[in-house]
Amino acid sequence: MTSALIRIENMYKIYKMGDSEVRALDGVNIEIHQNEFVSIMGPSGSGKSTLMNMIGCLDTPTSGKYYIDGIETSQMRDDQLADIRNRKIGFIFQSYNLLTKLTVLENVELPLIYMGKSRSERHRLAMQAIEKVGLSGREHHRPNQLSGGQQQRVAIARALANHPPLILADEPTGALDSKTGKEILEMIKEIHQSGNTVILITHDEQIAQTANRIIRIQDGKIFSDSEVGQA
Amino acid sequence: MNIGQAFKMAISSVISNKMRSFLTMLGIIIGVAAVIIMVALVQGTTNDITSRMESMGTNLINVTLTGRYSSVNLDMDDMEKLVEGNPEYFVSVAPSINGNVTAKVGTVNENTSLLGTNQHYSTILNAEVESGRFITEQDVAGRKKVAVIGKYIANHYFEGEDPLGQSIKISGQVFTVVGVLKAKTTNISQNSQDDRIIIPYSAAQRLLRNAIIRSYSFQAASKEVAEKASEKLEELLLSLLGNENAYNVMNQAEMLETVESIMGTMSLMLGGIAGISLLVGGIGIMNIMLVSVTERTREIGIRKAIGARRASIMTQFIIESIVVSGLGGIMGIIWGMTGSYLLGKFTSIPTSVSVSIVILSAGISAGIGIFFGWYPANKASKLNPIDALRFE
Repeated sequence: MTSALIRIENMYKIYKMGDSEVRALDGVNIEIHQNEFVSIMGPSGSGKSTLMNMIGCLDTPTSGKYYIDGIETSQMRDDQLADIRNRKIGFIFQSYNLLTKLTVLENVELPLIYMGKSRSERHRLAMQAIEKVGLSGREHHRPNQLSGGQQQRVAIARALANHPPLILADEPTGALDSKTGKEILEMIKEIHQSGNTVILITHDEQIAQTANRIIRIQDGKIFSDSEVGQA
Repeated sequence: MNIGQAFKMAISSVISNKMRSFLTMLGIIIGVAAVIIMVALVQGTTNDITSRMESMGTNLINVTLTGRYSSVNLDMDDMEKLVEGNPEYFVSVAPSINGNVTAKVGTVNENTSLLGTNQHYSTILNAEVESGRFITEQDVAGRKKVAVIGKYIANHYFEGEDPLGQSIKISGQVFTVVGVLKAKTTNISQNSQDDRIIIPYSAAQRLLRNAIIRSYSFQAASKEVAEKASEKLEELLLSLLGNENAYNVMNQAEMLETVESIMGTMSLMLGGIAGISLLVGGIGIMNIMLVSVTERTREIGIRKAIGARRASIMTQFIIESIVVSGLGGIMGIIWGMTGSYLLGKFTSIPTSVSVSIVILSAGISAGIGIFFGWYPANKASKLNPIDALRFE
């Protein structure tokens, strides 16, 4: 077995609401290895989003440990987490989350800027990523000049630009029609096949089936964890 | 994130919100322009007064006798004795008898001011002769009817002719022009310092029917002893006249100091009032930056999610604020300098823009950007990426 890219040990996230407390994550243990393609599934309110925030290093747990690429991050400060997000994780969001004032190229360059890459290196890596998602020739367009599918591809290019070990996709097809959604899913599959580890967060059974492994979460607990086809 | 990138983003953000950016800048523009114009006005006025006073002569001590509170009357001989008796303090003394007279040459017949004095006046009060000569000791002693005329009189009464040796009728008596004074003003006009006639004081006493001279100008031996000399003079006058209200001694250096200190206070006061508008402008910038941070919450969230550190976000917003206030500052300097120039050109108020105040206001406006941008930028940098991403 290869070493785990992600290891979550006994993770709790508890929100206090007045006197009562909400256990968004209630003792979660997950291990995800290099080059896996995993779906995390659950209805809304299941703790799925909280788990995604934890995996994405956007939030820290109340207790428990989180290792990404061998680094323990549960006690990190804001700036350290920002660096982890920058170097280890490529985000693909439901609503693309592109900066509308910047061009496609500038959007894709953004993570590279925060990484501190030189101008020429930035340009080279960004152009590479744009080519990979099939948007060559559109690098000087602005996001609002592109279709939804194209915008999501820009977001994918941005996620890939600095070659992070983990791609984290949160409902990547949620804002797209089914045909475009399929194209985007195909592209995410390709990304996995070219050697990336991909985690797909969704509430849609059919989309979850794209992955090789499905982790189901309910009431903050892992409900099932199985290879696709054995469920 | 590098600073150049941040500047590029800040400028494109300013350009994409032209009207809002301009209105935000307006506070700074007006503030900076007001500071520059106010200080330029005060500075110009100070320079004007100082140069006028300096042109009156150096190491000057003016004595005025009030003519009251004392039964003793001092005349020119008494004053000359004072000078001779204290050579370590005084060089010379010139009396002044002033009066308004009519002067007539040919058909020109106008009022002008007359001054009766002696040969020392020329050096003590910087009244240099351009052609001919000044009044001499012999003129005074012999009560000669000779006149030294100002440039305006020379130009206006003797149009084109050489006035030297010509006659001029002053209050009906004929005087001979022996000298022409150098112009004191640039636009030689009526009622200016160039519209006057100087004659021996002995002749003036007779002409004006005024035997008592009340105004004397002493020249101190040097700048260093000027203050001591004026104290000495007061002491001597007190012992001669027996009452300190009977005379008044004014020392030029003291007068200059007084003017400069008054103008310094004025400059601070007006500059300070104008500075308040800079403060208001700065608060305007802070307000707009706070709005901008709220509007761009989602952008901040995205940037943080893909790895922007706090410092990167902070730099971005502070630079944006510096760009707004800095551009405002530059425009304010241009407005201020243009305003001062136009004011000096089209009104009689002199202005003088000082380089130091321009540099200071440029610095202050950039400082305002940092100071008032700090709070909004800090607020932006502390946003939680999860909340920021959820923000619609």
